[in-house]
Amino acid sequence: MITINHLRFRYPDSEFQLVIDELQISAGEKVAIVGPSGSGKTTLLNLLAGISVPEAGQLRVGGIELGQLSDAQRRNFRISNIGFVFQQFELIDYLSASDNILLPYAINSTLNLNREIRQESLARATAMGLSSKLARLPSQLSQGEQQRVAVCRALINRPKLILADEPTGNLDPANKRLILEILFEQATANGQTLIVVTHDLGILAGFDRTIDFNLFRIANAAVESVT
Amino acid sequence: MSGTLKLALKYIVYNQFKSLILIGCIFLTALLPIAIKLLLWQFNEKILSRADATPIVIGVTGSRLDLALHALYFKTQSPGDVRMGETTRIRESGLANPIPINSKFTARKYPIVGTTVDYFEFRELQLSTGTLFAMLGECVLGASVADALQLRVGDQLLSDRENVLDIAGLYPLKMRVVGILAPSQSADDHAVFVDLKTVWVIAGFGHGHQDLANETDAGKILARTDGRIIASAAVLPFTEVTAENLESFHFHGDSEQFPLTAIIAIPPDVKSQTLLEGQYDVGDQALQFVRPAETVRELMEMVFQIKLFFDANAILIAISTLLLLVLVVMLSLRLRQREMQTMFKIGCSRGTIAMLQCWELAIVFAIAMVLVAVAAWGIWSISGDLVESLLLRT
Repeated sequence: MITINHLRFRYPDSEFQLVIDELQISAGEKVAIVGPSGSGKTTLLNLLAGISVPEAGQLRVGGIELGQLSDAQRRNFRISNIGFVFQQFELIDYLSASDNILLPYAINSTLNLNREIRQESLARATAMGLSSKLARLPSQLSQGEQQRVAVCRALINRPKLILADEPTGNLDPANKRLILEILFEQATANGQTLIVVTHDLGILAGFDRTIDFNLFRIANAAVESVT
Repeated sequence: MSGTLKLALKYIVYNQFKSLILIGCIFLTALLPIAIKLLLWQFNEKILSRADATPIVIGVTGSRLDLALHALYFKTQSPGDVRMGETTRIRESGLANPIPINSKFTARKYPIVGTTVDYFEFRELQLSTGTLFAMLGECVLGASVADALQLRVGDQLLSDRENVLDIAGLYPLKMRVVGILAPSQSADDHAVFVDLKTVWVIAGFGHGHQDLANETDAGKILARTDGRIIASAAVLPFTEVTAENLESFHFHGDSEQFPLTAIIAIPPDVKSQTLLEGQYDVGDQALQFVRPAETVRELMEMVFQIKLFFDANAILIAISTLLLLVLVVMLSLRLRQREMQTMFKIGCSRGTIAMLQCWELAIVFAIAMVLVAVAAWGIWSISGDLVESLLLRT
């Protein structure tokens, strides 16, 4: 699913450089990325999503070399292949839960919102206990409900790769467990690859593999971080 | 409906207060020059149409504009009095048909216009009820006067006293309403029309009182000499003309010397008009010959010059509002950076984000423009009355 070779990335006007010599993640694998703030975890997610482009090296996701795609192609790649879950949920405050879930279809004309997608998203929201909350604005939802809405939004385009950046960071233990269960369940059911960035070492048990940016050590891979 | 348009609408609905402020700014900025333009256009049309329909006004030398506006709207003070004899002279010259106007007094604040029945024909005024005045003390009301004072044919209307503290001053005259004009959307709707003799009675040139020939009360007769009777102040003039006392009304002095405030002259052709004008150019310098259309156009030229300052002001306001809008949009973009970043991360192009912003602005502008159109229509629909009342207030 994901192949990284000799990847180098640096933000403009920044000393920080992310270097990953080799990293492979298989389709359907559930991977946790841990490490201190500023070690490049979120940067790796941005690279995998095609939001940032590597300076050098190979970055293939689903057989596509992201570095060779144009901005528009990377955007289309993202909308077709990636589901993003954020720590702060990042729901649009003026849209209802339902509209937030369907947001990818509202902002990208290449996606066609048909009845099947609608029913599927409604079923997923119902399964997550949101059926009675769909008309509410994010401010009228609890944090756990907001994150469930965010997960529904991330899954609506049937992504091959789910990227979650600290998805449980703002949740209480019960909601933390619930969100992880939902992510695992969805990824397993649909054969999706799940990569979760987290600071919470207590949730690592369910993952197939953990990449530790803190120790610059990854099982079956080598990651280097230069600051 | 496109997704971005729907999002923009939801953003505007969610941020109602901010959107309303923006809409209000644009609305006021756009409406101000439009309202001025509409009102000025209406003012121009109204004042010119009445002026164009009034070929010549003759009056005492002084402000041409005052004289023209006085003859057209009965509100501004005439520069002075012209004698009734001038009307006779114009008629006898055959150069124009003169219509005398005497508008010095008021009744319940509405101008009393002393004139002849020719005036109604000249202005093409129609009666909605009753008849024109035929007798001393009768009056015909403009439609707005009748409506405002709730008067009908047969009711009475008292002329205003010039000064309530002056006990030796003119007595008010109780006039009988004999006709009400149909609305004409002009100054005539706001006037009380009477015969010239009635207005001269109000002015004190004529009066009626009890028969003194056989009066024996020494307190009422100061002297009897050579057929003349000098009455004391105990003999009160009648304040109402009735069938019974009509015969007692009489005028002191030569009616040719009685005052008018203006004369509307209607020449049969251009030649007669030119000859008449020549008489005033080289003749009696105490009188002047005014073409209201020309005078009013001069006034309007000045008004349009002043409007240029308003236009410049409106442009400056529009620029400052635009800059304010740019500032608001920029601040809004900064506040919404995370929202934009989220949209970008889930696959929204920067172009779509820009389009979303454009839709939001376009909707705000569209709502403001719709409101401007509605308000402009509202202003337009009342502008006639508004301008009329403005003209009548001058």
